[in-house]
Amino acid sequence: MGSLTVPQTAPTKVRPHITVKNLTMAYGSFVLMRDINFTVHHGDIFIIMGGSGCGKSTLLRHLIGLKEPATGEIVYGDVNFTRADLQTRELMLRRFGILYQGGALWSSMTLAQNVGLPLGEFTDLTPAQIREIAALKLALVGLSGFEDFYPSEISGGMQKRAGLARAMALDPEILFFDEPSAGLDPISSSLLDDLILELRDNLGATVVAVTHELASIFAIGNNCVFLDADSRLQIATGDPKDLLANSSDPRVRKFLTRGKDGGEH
Amino acid sequence: MNETSNIGGQGAVSVTRAADSNLLIKLSGPWHMTRDVPSAAILRKELESASALKTVSFDTSGLTHWDSGLIAFLVQTSTACRARNIEQDRSGLPDGLRRLLELAEAVPEKKGTRSATARAPFFQRIGNLTIGYGLSVGDFMAFLGDLTVAFEKLASGNARFRRVDLVEVIQDCGASAVGIVTLISFLVGVILAFMGAVQLSQFGASIFVADLVCIGMTRDMGAIMTAIIMSGRTGAAFAAKLGTMKVTQEIDALTTMGISPMQFLVLPRVIALVLMMPLLCLYADFLGMLGGMFVGVGMLGLSARNYLQETISTLTLTNLFGGLFKATFYGFLIALAGCLRGFQCGNSSSAVGDAATQAVVMSIVMVVVACGLFAVVFNVIGI
Repeated sequence: MGSLTVPQTAPTKVRPHITVKNLTMAYGSFVLMRDINFTVHHGDIFIIMGGSGCGKSTLLRHLIGLKEPATGEIVYGDVNFTRADLQTRELMLRRFGILYQGGALWSSMTLAQNVGLPLGEFTDLTPAQIREIAALKLALVGLSGFEDFYPSEISGGMQKRAGLARAMALDPEILFFDEPSAGLDPISSSLLDDLILELRDNLGATVVAVTHELASIFAIGNNCVFLDADSRLQIATGDPKDLLANSSDPRVRKFLTRGKDGGEH
Repeated sequence: MNETSNIGGQGAVSVTRAADSNLLIKLSGPWHMTRDVPSAAILRKELESASALKTVSFDTSGLTHWDSGLIAFLVQTSTACRARNIEQDRSGLPDGLRRLLELAEAVPEKKGTRSATARAPFFQRIGNLTIGYGLSVGDFMAFLGDLTVAFEKLASGNARFRRVDLVEVIQDCGASAVGIVTLISFLVGVILAFMGAVQLSQFGASIFVADLVCIGMTRDMGAIMTAIIMSGRTGAAFAAKLGTMKVTQEIDALTTMGISPMQFLVLPRVIALVLMMPLLCLYADFLGMLGGMFVGVGMLGLSARNYLQETISTLTLTNLFGGLFKATFYGFLIALAGCLRGFQCGNSSSAVGDAATQAVVMSIVMVVVACGLFAVVFNVIGI
């Protein structure tokens, strides 16, 4: 993948891409999180973090419209996603690429078909062009030669990368990752981090990732929200490196230092 | 030498032979893959036809927008160049584009990974199928053997399964199936009665409809209709449930904990279905006769009393228990097919669907074959 330096500079365009306003997430009458407010800018790599069971994945499901907010709204650019009608939403969803935790590849299709499906449905490309682009996307995630394999024939890590290739199929504006490094070895996981950076830099995508992999958080994240399960509130937002250096909240410090720090605060 | 192809409002590519050994590829316009982008085939032809070509270089000064469409185009170009040992000078490409290209080429294609797509010759396919069937008989026997061992454990009181599971399965394949069994067997009784009435009423012997329905339901129809309902309802459910457990590695988790999946999962299912099938069959027999009576009294003008009397005088315990015995055996076959197919399920969601389909097909085939055998055997021993 070549030697990559992690760009520490802020993205040039600081325009809000995703704005979450007063979001409350609930399952029925059980409130999971309330008063969530944050802004993701164009080109950000935004991390959603917090302990297990605090609602990270649920927040992601809200962002991609799989779950409706109890109150509050989610705005993309200047289009209100929460209030948008079904058709507008469908068009917006087409600009998202989503990598699910287990890859969520369609098991009855080969990898090339998995990646090619959205291309076939939403573009006028010929089957040969679709195949070329699918092969390219698979090559980008290091899976050249696996076009005709079924998901059940490859390993879990490869399924994850194939899932990423599918998420990138339509050159999305926003990439959502649910636990991208879960189940990957440290090297694969750092390669995936590099890939995410590379894609952000070269395709100009905004990235939103749910993760609690500290190495990834500091390596790629330049913005984040920290959810706390006990108070059911977001207790921090901003650059994770800043939070580590400056946050006075013991819960945030404890999390970011793997429990080594935070006792003395 | 100057050649241009496909200039339009969209992405375009033109080729200039700058020096003798150099080809300049000019990329211009917006390249959106959602619109029509030029195919790399044109360029490939150009590369192949040009002689004494040593290098290609790129000019992207006219390029206004690019996405994956352009990267795919360049990867194709690059493959064509490498095949002809032409060097590429990528300094004319935008940085991001160049890096993505490098990324796409960073991991070489795994050799020998492409699945063999060659179709085997006709006779080889027939041979493979035959061997496959032969092996599946072996699998079936092995499964049956494992099940026998599990039953032996059960007999010695060492079988490991949760009683609550057994009760749940019993409820699911017993009480919950009563509704559909009611409907189907009542209608089967009605159909039998109508079939008999067409002929029997010609001889003024309508009353024998009662005999026909009674013998028909108790000997065979009750058992076989219940078995077919249960294959579709419960056999498929067994296969889908066990298949999903296989996919999610729940069965592996049981095995590695030292709990035999055969005892834990299969035993309760077989026991439940073997216990419930005769009960459902008895119920179906009764409902079938009720359906026959409905036709006899309602359409053929027989009196309810006569019909009932005729039925009771025809009903023999031999027929009734013969039918119940068959139903019990069918129940065993259905549970066996469902569990076997569930255990053999592959590792994907579509495999679970296949397993359920195969379970239903297998159990219905086995039930009908068994029914034919029973008919012959019962005839020979004179029941």
